[in-house]
Amino acid sequence: MAGKTLYDKLWDSHIVSEESDGTCLIYIDRHLMHEVTSPQAFEGMRLASRLPWRKDSIVAVADHNTPTDHWEKGIEEPIARLQVETLDTNIKEFGALVYFPFKHENQGIIHVIGPENGTTLPGMTVVCGDSHTSTHGAFGTLAHGIGTSEVEHVLATQTLVAKKSKCMLVRVEGNLGQGVTAKDIALAVIGRIGTAGGTGFAIEFGGTAIRSLSMEGRMTVCNLAIEAGARAGLIAPDEKTVAYLKGRTFSPKGQDWDRAVAYWATLPSDVDASFDAMVELKAEDIAPQVTWGTSPEQVLAVGGRVPNPAAEADPIRRLGIERALHYMGLTADMPITEIKVDKVFIGSCTNSRIEDLRAAAGIAKGRQKAASVNQVLVVPGSGQVKRQAEAEGLDKIFTAAGFEWREPGCSMCLAMNADRLIPGERCASTSNRNFEGRQGPGGRTHLVSPEMAAAAAIAGHFVDVRNLY
Amino acid sequence: MKSFKQLKGLVFPLDRANVDTDAIIPKQFLKSIKRSGFGPYLFDEWRYLDHGEPDMDCTKRPLNPDFLLNQTRYRTAQILLARDNFGCGSSREHAPWAIEGFGFQVIIAPSFADIFFGNCYKNGLLPIVAPADLVERLFRESLASEAYLLEVDLERQKVTLPSGDAFGFDITPHRKHCLLNGLDEIGLTLQQADKIRAFEARHKSAQPWLFA
Ligand code: SF4
Repeated sequence: MAGKTLYDKLWDSHIVSEESDGTCLIYIDRHLMHEVTSPQAFEGMRLASRLPWRKDSIVAVADHNTPTDHWEKGIEEPIARLQVETLDTNIKEFGALVYFPFKHENQGIIHVIGPENGTTLPGMTVVCGDSHTSTHGAFGTLAHGIGTSEVEHVLATQTLVAKKSKCMLVRVEGNLGQGVTAKDIALAVIGRIGTAGGTGFAIEFGGTAIRSLSMEGRMTVCNLAIEAGARAGLIAPDEKTVAYLKGRTFSPKGQDWDRAVAYWATLPSDVDASFDAMVELKAEDIAPQVTWGTSPEQVLAVGGRVPNPAAEADPIRRLGIERALHYMGLTADMPITEIKVDKVFIGSCTNSRIEDLRAAAGIAKGRQKAASVNQVLVVPGSGQVKRQAEAEGLDKIFTAAGFEWREPGCSMCLAMNADRLIPGERCASTSNRNFEGRQGPGGRTHLVSPEMAAAAAIAGHFVDVRNLY
Repeated sequence: MKSFKQLKGLVFPLDRANVDTDAIIPKQFLKSIKRSGFGPYLFDEWRYLDHGEPDMDCTKRPLNPDFLLNQTRYRTAQILLARDNFGCGSSREHAPWAIEGFGFQVIIAPSFADIFFGNCYKNGLLPIVAPADLVERLFRESLASEAYLLEVDLERQKVTLPSGDAFGFDITPHRKHCLLNGLDEIGLTLQQADKIRAFEARHKSAQPWLFA
């Protein structure tokens, strides 16, 4: 009999029951919540007079609507404030393992604070009403986004009705060059398989280049699995995972720790496990990536040129390219490095962890933001990341370069708060979606790594960051 | 939940691939703590010429004449015809809420994004995956017709074209059962509460740290 994949092991160990058509009831260990996708679920619970099945599975935070400056003024927009206050009330009424309300010293983006507090552990099932829940798969965790009806279902039953996905192995072998990051791996994968390439799959990332990434880098890779269409990204736990988790607030302690570590060692895919699909990339072939269009699959190496729709034979794709070029205000065949940026955003659950900020600061150090760039926002992923960065003096490097150092939150990743692009503005962003209007109506987003974002801030246009070391 | 059994409805063709949930319902409308009222803001940035904000009276807003949905003939559309990877991006259930709020009951596309696909069923919306060449034909015929109607029959898992041609579609028995009967999935799951409790007990003894 063939061995099991990591995904098989996670799935099989959480089946409560299974119907003849393969529909399963899956037990959920961790339920992450934020203010945007939870109010209607709590309201449903209230209307049905239901209580949470296991309130100690809930980790909640206010992150999407919260401002990143002038916290003393509170949330000025009344409907955003109401949404955040509604979460306060709901958690007070229904309970949680831990809640980080607005202004809490450890507040931050849900996908940053879960792991940093040790509430995401290998072997778990983790859900959140948020597609980037895939991030937590970096720990060997089955983690995926769900809709609000499912949030209510998990609250009420601790389970999810689901069918098993297929499993794809994305193997990246070799050594990444200097200035090439986890973000570039992920964008290169999306460029290769497309935004629907992972639909119906859980993607396990493996290979020497993935193993050599830090936990922060692995989270970046799994975070972007959803942009390849896969609900879940997975990386097998190893000694780096264990070292990262040791001593965190909610990590197991004492005997439990030893038992947990022993269990986690059984999770990696068996050597004879078979996958439904396989994609291989060589790390040496990956250059810093820049998206040029309005879908993450519209991505190129920094040395490339914006595509020419005339060269595309498929009519639907050609129309897609024309539309994207029009929206993005670009001309066919122009070099990526001639694209000028108006704003730069360093943050989001993709790239706001300490390592990301160190990488950006490494480029910004001793340099100055270009005069043509209107604003450079650096938004740490959490209060803990912020304090760590300040202890290392990174904030000073940023402010000396003319960058703004902000309070943690989702910020201009989706522009629900005041941080946003104005129509026509162009942004180099470390976030995860370049959809039309994502960072503000009419705004134009280019996805890049923190290093590349900082380099664009300095030069005023995209540059190959590898020339700056 | 609303039930869905069958429908003879008008088709609105949305000729774009990779329509993401940000486009279906832009983020400013996600600030609402309600579950309804999103219909007027469906495809907001394509549908209107001004910038939409929650609580705006959409009957007074300038419509984008180039966006097909604004043509009078699509006012009563109930079937949304779309291209590949429809509903990609954010997991926001506000997207099916907006589609359903407009009056759509069925979405036909060659492929859907996973999370969106699942969210549809929870809201009485039926997403149908159809082969690419058939979708191509539906686009051609619907764009050429003033009022293109399709008949969708969930019980028989069949869609009938105006010409009388028909095609079948897949749906899991579980989802079909819930949709046909408008069942509350939570109530259904809670019938298995004993199984959940038994699983939980086993799980706790194997991995006690998960319950600490
Ligand atoms: S940072 Fe962006 S992608 Fe991540 S949770 Fe917040 S809004 Fe979603």
